[in-house]
Amino acid sequence: MTGQLKKIVLGEQGLVVIFIVAFALVSLLVPNFLTDRNMLGLLQSVVTVGIVACTMMFCLAARDFDLSVGSIVAFAGMVAVMASNASGSILLGLLAAIACGTFVGFINGVVIAKFRINALITTLATMQIVRGLALISSDGRAVGINSPDFYQLALSKLLGIPTPIWVLAILFGIFGFVLNRTVFGKNTLAIGGNPEASRLAGVNVDRTRIWIFALQGFVCGIAGILLASRITSGQPNAAVGLELSVISACVLGGVSLAGGRAAMSGVIVGVLIMGIAENVMNLLNIAAFYQYIVRGVILLLAVLLDNLRSSAFGRR
Amino acid sequence: MSFLEFSNVTKTYPGVRALSDVSFGVEKGAVHGLMGENGAGKSTLIKILSGDQHADTGEITIDGKVQAYTSTRDAFDNGVIVIHQELQLVPELTVAENLSLGRFPASAGVIARGRMLEDVGAKLKSAGIDIDMRRKVKTLSIGERQMVEIAKAIMLDARVIALDEPTSSLSSRESEILFALIDRLRGEGKVIIYVSHRLDEVFRLCDSLTVLRDGKLAAHHQSLKDVTRDQIVAEMVGREISDIWGFRPRKAREARLKVDNLSGARLRTPASFEARAGEIVGFFGLIGAGRSELMRLVFGADPRSGGTITVDGKTIAAASPHDAIRAGIVLCSEDRKHDGIIQGRSIEENINISSRRHHTRFGVLNRASEIATAETFIKKLKVRTPSRKQDIVNLSGGNQQKVILGRWLSEQDIRVLIVDEPTRGIDIGAKSEIYELLYQLAEEGMAIVVVSSELPEVMGICDRILVMCGGRISAELARDQFAEKAILAAALPDKKTPDAIAS
Repeated sequence: MTGQLKKIVLGEQGLVVIFIVAFALVSLLVPNFLTDRNMLGLLQSVVTVGIVACTMMFCLAARDFDLSVGSIVAFAGMVAVMASNASGSILLGLLAAIACGTFVGFINGVVIAKFRINALITTLATMQIVRGLALISSDGRAVGINSPDFYQLALSKLLGIPTPIWVLAILFGIFGFVLNRTVFGKNTLAIGGNPEASRLAGVNVDRTRIWIFALQGFVCGIAGILLASRITSGQPNAAVGLELSVISACVLGGVSLAGGRAAMSGVIVGVLIMGIAENVMNLLNIAAFYQYIVRGVILLLAVLLDNLRSSAFGRR
Repeated sequence: MSFLEFSNVTKTYPGVRALSDVSFGVEKGAVHGLMGENGAGKSTLIKILSGDQHADTGEITIDGKVQAYTSTRDAFDNGVIVIHQELQLVPELTVAENLSLGRFPASAGVIARGRMLEDVGAKLKSAGIDIDMRRKVKTLSIGERQMVEIAKAIMLDARVIALDEPTSSLSSRESEILFALIDRLRGEGKVIIYVSHRLDEVFRLCDSLTVLRDGKLAAHHQSLKDVTRDQIVAEMVGREISDIWGFRPRKAREARLKVDNLSGARLRTPASFEARAGEIVGFFGLIGAGRSELMRLVFGADPRSGGTITVDGKTIAAASPHDAIRAGIVLCSEDRKHDGIIQGRSIEENINISSRRHHTRFGVLNRASEIATAETFIKKLKVRTPSRKQDIVNLSGGNQQKVILGRWLSEQDIRVLIVDEPTRGIDIGAKSEIYELLYQLAEEGMAIVVVSSELPEVMGICDRILVMCGGRISAELARDQFAEKAILAAALPDKKTPDAIAS
């Protein structure tokens, strides 16, 4: 009996099983958890982390790292609001935001892949540069959205479900497909497994890495737009510390920091676990200060579980 | 009961029974050989001895005491030291520091340098190891580093020392120094476990021998007096292998690969050679003669500073492996672990990584064809694995090599196949399978370039041998001119001793 339990918990889908059990327990024990309103609220709250986690997964899977995501999200939000206010066209604002996000990501990628600067250092630098740009562009103040149509991005619903959640679900689907079913995804995993062997096997390693970072920037642009729409303004101090939540969610989802191992299902579960923990603590009126501790403990437990799993299966 | 005794040791990994019920004993003051094909269970046995892995059942006793250690540290403390192929030294520290690591003589946390040098010096001297202990390990040759590893074992008063393929990257002179040291340790009553693929060495060094096959004890010889090589080979493979080369004549056709005055940062002297369709060309030389460097330039793995490469009359850019593969040149590197296998990924993905581009549409994989390709080459190349989904790190060296060959053979239009040390660390059974494969590919019209440090191998399988020495091609011999002496003479530099180059 215990042997079987061990097999399930430590198996390939162990995290999913634990998640389902935890979800069922919380549904039974925490009042008001399993209601339509709370579920939608929960999903809304993980949209930013979830969207960015899609591409962070690629980054980590290729043995890279991106600390600049929080700053890019804030900067893209600022650009979206200011550009659409200035031009009067929301579409133009959105395009500008996504272009800016992608551009920053592209620069990250080129510096890391072509100039061979450590990803941690590079993105630590761009994290600060881009945050600075966001602050400068508005002189440190929040910028309100002029056109009410912009709010509609976050407020509008399709089949009773808010648009941002649809966007999140679609991105989960797209990047799950890209990771497992495309050359790009497989090359990403191969680079994480052994970069030099991948290069000698004909993989264009530099180009793949630049693509990964550019995609990361692109996705941060989308997240920034949705966030700005939800908080009805461009906030230069938005999404501070986002990079850590995103990396936590990925690691929680079984993405290996040593590269070469990642799964979309794991990342989705990781994002949801983080979201549920926060949601439940809010429902139970636990003070925000304690939430940091709980999040940290969950992350440590998840990594320990992963370690157990690796040694149980003799993986390296 | 012997001093060191393995009793009924069994170990199972997912999908593989690595060792089943292995028992044998080794006496004090004996060098005991451990042989077997890759995947026979030698490494697993050594890992269990070193405390790195635990046996599922069975036990190890030393001097009558059951060894129940749970970590390599425990094994250390019990006087069991394993010297792995990959050496465990800190490059930035000096020899003396490496030898004192973990046991620095110190007062109040400050290292007593004088005492450290004295202690280490005395030990090195008594062991007859002649290395300047103030040098940083990163400045030492591989042979010297091996000496330091052994010195470490001596420093720790090891009772059992296991050496895993210690000569695989040593020159012959370095090997002789190592053998002398082993003889000395034998005289001091240590137990030495000597894992090797090389029969010469086993006969030169070992008092007794255990042969493993498929995780089982295939043979145990108390003495090697009446044992023949053929007998050991038969025990390892489980069948008789008469001629491992199995050379058969073939016809060379038109020139496929032409390399003209190629040079790069690590190969200053421009090199030129050609390889014809249906021909196996061997590159022989000492380690560091520039053979691998030349091949890496041909494959675009390193940037070239000059020269041209022509395949079937067409000049190619080969600025990267990516380009070279598309021009029909592929390379199996000598360092499989660093340059070949993609750790953590399955056999299937390791095979398909390059050739999948022929089957994709808009970058989307064709899964059916990937599975089919993987299955085809696992079968064709006789890769021993429970499943195509197995992580490649779980395979033995020979099987990993086959997977990498599969990676290239699944390409549709390979014209030139370069294999660098194709059989290094590979057992005899897999070796002859790989040779047979090379013959077939040559007969089908590929131009094949084999880089090897084993003279019998190049002489056994090649149609033509090019010898490199000190970064230049020093001789070219057709098969009817093959002579050991002539080849070796061309490989040895004039003034310097061969070991100066090898290290």
